[in-house]
Amino acid sequence: MKRFAALYRELDRSTGTADKRAALVAYFREAPVEDAAWALWLLSGGKLAASRARIANSRELRAWIVAESGQSEWLVEDCYDHVGDLAETLALLLDDPPAEDADRPLHVWIERELLPLAGADEALRRDAVVRAWRTLGFDQRLLFNKLLTGALRVGVSQRLVQQALAEMSGIDIARIAQRMLGAWTPSPRFMRDLLTVEELPGDRQQPYPFFLASPLEPADGAEAAARLGEVGDWLLEWKWDGIRLQLIRRGGEVALWSRGEERLDGRFPEIEAAAGALARDCVIDGELLAWGDGDDRPLPFTALQKRIQRRKPGFKLLAEAPARVLAYDLLELDGADLRAWPLQQRRESLAALVHELADTRIALSPLVEARDWTEAARSREDARERGVEGLMLKRRDSVYQVGRRRGDWWKWKIEPLTIDAVLLYAQSGHGRRSTLFTDYTFGLWDGEALVPVAKAYSGLDDREILELDRWIRAHTLERFGPVRSVPALHVFELGFEAVNRSSRHKSGIAVRFPRILRWRRDKPAAEADRLDALKALAR
Amino acid sequence: MPAPRDLVELRPEGLYCPAGDFHIDPWRPVPRAVITHGHGDHARVGMGEYHCSVGSLPILRWRLGEQRYHLHEHGPPFELGGARVSLHPAGHVLGSVQVRIEAGGEVWVASGDYKRQPDPTCAPFEPVRCDVFITEATFGLPVYRWPDTREVVRDIVDWRERCAARGEAAVLFCYALGKAQRLLAELAAVTDRPALLHGAIAAGVQVYRDAGIAMLATRAVADEEKGRDFAGELILAPPSAAGSTWMRRFRGAQTGFASGWMRLRGNRRRRNYDRGFVVSDHADWPDLMRTVRETGARRVIATHGSTDAIVRALNECGIAAEAFRTSFGDEDA
Repeated sequence: MKRFAALYRELDRSTGTADKRAALVAYFREAPVEDAAWALWLLSGGKLAASRARIANSRELRAWIVAESGQSEWLVEDCYDHVGDLAETLALLLDDPPAEDADRPLHVWIERELLPLAGADEALRRDAVVRAWRTLGFDQRLLFNKLLTGALRVGVSQRLVQQALAEMSGIDIARIAQRMLGAWTPSPRFMRDLLTVEELPGDRQQPYPFFLASPLEPADGAEAAARLGEVGDWLLEWKWDGIRLQLIRRGGEVALWSRGEERLDGRFPEIEAAAGALARDCVIDGELLAWGDGDDRPLPFTALQKRIQRRKPGFKLLAEAPARVLAYDLLELDGADLRAWPLQQRRESLAALVHELADTRIALSPLVEARDWTEAARSREDARERGVEGLMLKRRDSVYQVGRRRGDWWKWKIEPLTIDAVLLYAQSGHGRRSTLFTDYTFGLWDGEALVPVAKAYSGLDDREILELDRWIRAHTLERFGPVRSVPALHVFELGFEAVNRSSRHKSGIAVRFPRILRWRRDKPAAEADRLDALKALAR
Repeated sequence: MPAPRDLVELRPEGLYCPAGDFHIDPWRPVPRAVITHGHGDHARVGMGEYHCSVGSLPILRWRLGEQRYHLHEHGPPFELGGARVSLHPAGHVLGSVQVRIEAGGEVWVASGDYKRQPDPTCAPFEPVRCDVFITEATFGLPVYRWPDTREVVRDIVDWRERCAARGEAAVLFCYALGKAQRLLAELAAVTDRPALLHGAIAAGVQVYRDAGIAMLATRAVADEEKGRDFAGELILAPPSAAGSTWMRRFRGAQTGFASGWMRLRGNRRRRNYDRGFVVSDHADWPDLMRTVRETGARRVIATHGSTDAIVRALNECGIAAEAFRTSFGDEDA
């Protein structure tokens, strides 16, 4: 495990992606394949075990460290507050052993020590964890604790890992990315298949990695859009607020994949039925939306959310929130990969295919016509009325790339809705912000009480974060585990994309993509907005 | 009979000893001050007279200029008003001392800043038995435990070699007075390649050299040829130089910070250093607790740092503990 702990330390230290990639390449070159498979799993955000089969939960780990370190429970909590990261706190509270035991490979630790413990009696799990704490040096102890507490979060993107694997193996990164989509298990066999030059049968059942648009900055974008050149070189579409998906129809079988790399099979039977009637094998990139029959705009996102949660939707839900796909792009036709074609040409083939199907459940996402950027900007103003998030700008001759690449595809979102809300709770952030309170909960007035309506993590600059952090520490009213409540004093302007009614939230509403726009130092808490005002915006 | 007065009280101008009519490290002008060491948050201009250790004089004279200094050796007591006062090494920086006060049958010790790790640039901390111990608590949480400084110094040399291999300079930020000199003294044991110094550090290094402290050979960055390549050099600079125009001359450079705060990854990342090296001139948690035990004090007053935690932890072990809100602790760590 020393090798992986050293990689973790290296990645944690590096500030540049070139250094990180070099460290990853070196690791994957040297590590035995059994270890490399687990390393890839963990670096991709995978956890050791499903949450129900956790080897230790946070409460147990804290109890065990209290006993092992001889410190009082409150003092361990104070330390956790101060450090902001449980795995690190656990590692910091103990001294290093005088000498480390002989190194055992990562996969041996995981497969022989940790996984067999899942679901065992607490005493057994505690003994194994404490034994490891006593024999491992700091770097390995930190990594070991990270394995217990969840994802690694070491600032490595999926793409960076794939770049390293591509560099090391000579396999095309697109193929590696494609092979890693969906569910896989960290085994030597998976690792060998991932990096084989041969064509695998599975290669034909996988979706393609999604090409993602970048936000057009600055937020109002009018000037930025003008810099994109002739409007005629671009295809303009609505930016739908649904779930991006790939509809795969190969050899008569249909599969739906979300951008979150989940198979949606069974959840949307009406889409699968419609796709079954497609005349040719194909892979379509589109947006999944809930859309009532005869409506001129989609149902709010919350309707779609209900559908996703239901593995086998009942008749009632199917009628209440029928789904449809608005097709953007055609990635494959009759087994041929079209991604290198210009978008214009892909779209023409897509239009023909969808036209032939003649089923509203799989329809072409309409183009937005504009003679110049001013007219495009005006269309964008209508976006909220239409229930969309803004415009997508795609270069007519763009190829279908992998991941978020700037230049050819832009999302031009509408101005956010805003409210002035009061800071109610704060919690430590992660990574670079792990020692600071940076995760905030905000509330609005409902009668005499403040009701929480949104959580936001971003939008303040470093200086404001530091100032707020100090204030939170000095004015904590109550602690609920890692969460602190503070006096209702500070008001912040929050921006968000939409407001939906929701029975899952105490306030009765759910806001989409909330973030902090600015600190309203000029506004006393009593003048923050009322919940009714937000409810009036809901749909 | 009224309760006997405390030997040291917190006054707006600083810690005050009524029995001896003097202040310890005051932050506002007073007639008579006893100074523990020369850092800016402990030694300030404007006092009528300064009682200090012989060893601390070079730093005090450099920082404060000519003043009415009364010099004292470690150990032998002297009378101030109705109090018997003596100075004992604190192991923090060159000449740093604790102040022992005896009056009315009670003994109080004010620690100033201190550490228990070996440091070739100053006399080691000496535990002094007392009834009441006034302690610092800069790193008063059990997550702060220091590694062996010799190991850390080897890491610094390894880092410089890695930088050299990449054609980069290694710029190590550290506090200009105390930490820089301690690092140079420790580095002398593992390398003989000279280090380069930022101007703010060079002056302090000269003070230490004049006091006879053996350190790694050094040169001033300012004296180097214009446009020279600094790849592979170890350069010591104060943290304030980070991000300044002074840094531009190194072109490719990695940055490191030598401080106890670097024990936490979040602190290093937040300040965007490439590397953090855990070296502190303050006691870590185990040493704070050990020191309190070794003084035998029945009462402890914490002056700066994480005072809440140490006060509560000591109270749990049956030692009466409280905190003074002082102006110490902004200078260094």
